[in-house]
Amino acid sequence: MSRIKALGRFAWNFIVGDDWRVAAGVAVAIGVTAIAAAWWILPLAVAALLGLSVVRR
Amino acid sequence: MSGAQLGLAVSVFLACAVEAVEALTIVLAVGTTRSWRSALIGVAAAVLTLAVLIAALGPALTAIPLNALRVTVGGLLLITGLQWLRKAVLRAAGLKALHDEQAAFVEETAAAQLAGELTTEAIDGYSFLVAFKGVLLEGLEVAFIALTFGANQHDIPLAAVAAAVAVVVVTLAGVAIRAPLARVPENTMKFLVGVMLTSFGTFWSAEGAGASWPGGESALLVVIPAVALFAVALVASLRTTAVQPA
Repeated sequence: MSRIKALGRFAWNFIVGDDWRVAAGVAVAIGVTAIAAAWWILPLAVAALLGLSVVRR
Repeated sequence: MSGAQLGLAVSVFLACAVEAVEALTIVLAVGTTRSWRSALIGVAAAVLTLAVLIAALGPALTAIPLNALRVTVGGLLLITGLQWLRKAVLRAAGLKALHDEQAAFVEETAAAQLAGELTTEAIDGYSFLVAFKGVLLEGLEVAFIALTFGANQHDIPLAAVAAAVAVVVVTLAGVAIRAPLARVPENTMKFLVGVMLTSFGTFWSAEGAGASWPGGESALLVVIPAVALFAVALVASLRTTAVQPA
């Protein structure tokens, strides 16, 4: 059981990292890009997510 | 070599070099303090395991539809890149301690010494396992980077060569200095890799999701410097904020 937990923790840290809001924001931005088919949505989202993430620390 | 190929080779080289530095630090620590022979056998076992995994997973990865691959891998790279860039920005602004390979070496060395004295000339299980684990995990990341970057740009051989060169260069550097790689400016490297991962992640995610970039792949030549400039501006802004009196 502890191995499964450790594997889960490794996967979470590897994929999501230490700010889950960044991962969630990226997922939402990709979804919106898929609906709108507009290239500029992701760069704007990346700037906003990185800016907010470092300000929050 | 086209601009896109050069970008691919540089990105894969830098990202893989960072992973190789981490693996090498672990191997150097257990090799120096306990058993070089066991550590190197651990490295060989890990490389063999990696070869089997890559042979099994590589063809499966390239058989996936390109847009699904781009959006999945692009999204993962973007998340990883943003996490790397976030930490590198905070470190460059002096708001987070620098990751210190010297400290990592001392930590691994202390753990190796605590694991007990060697009593035989046989394989030291501790050295073997630590080296095996370190090389396998970091090696999987190297393979992941090379395969995904290469598959997305339809040039796995170039990505594989860039990854192999990175591993060889870091290994030769480690052998030459025979010391922890504290002198490698790790945060600068992580900053650059964060910029590359974020840029490629943004580009592939948008393409995979159905958007078309103006100028096609040459848009990367704008995206990469734009991400770098934005990150540098964030560092400057955070430094200014940090020195202002409350």
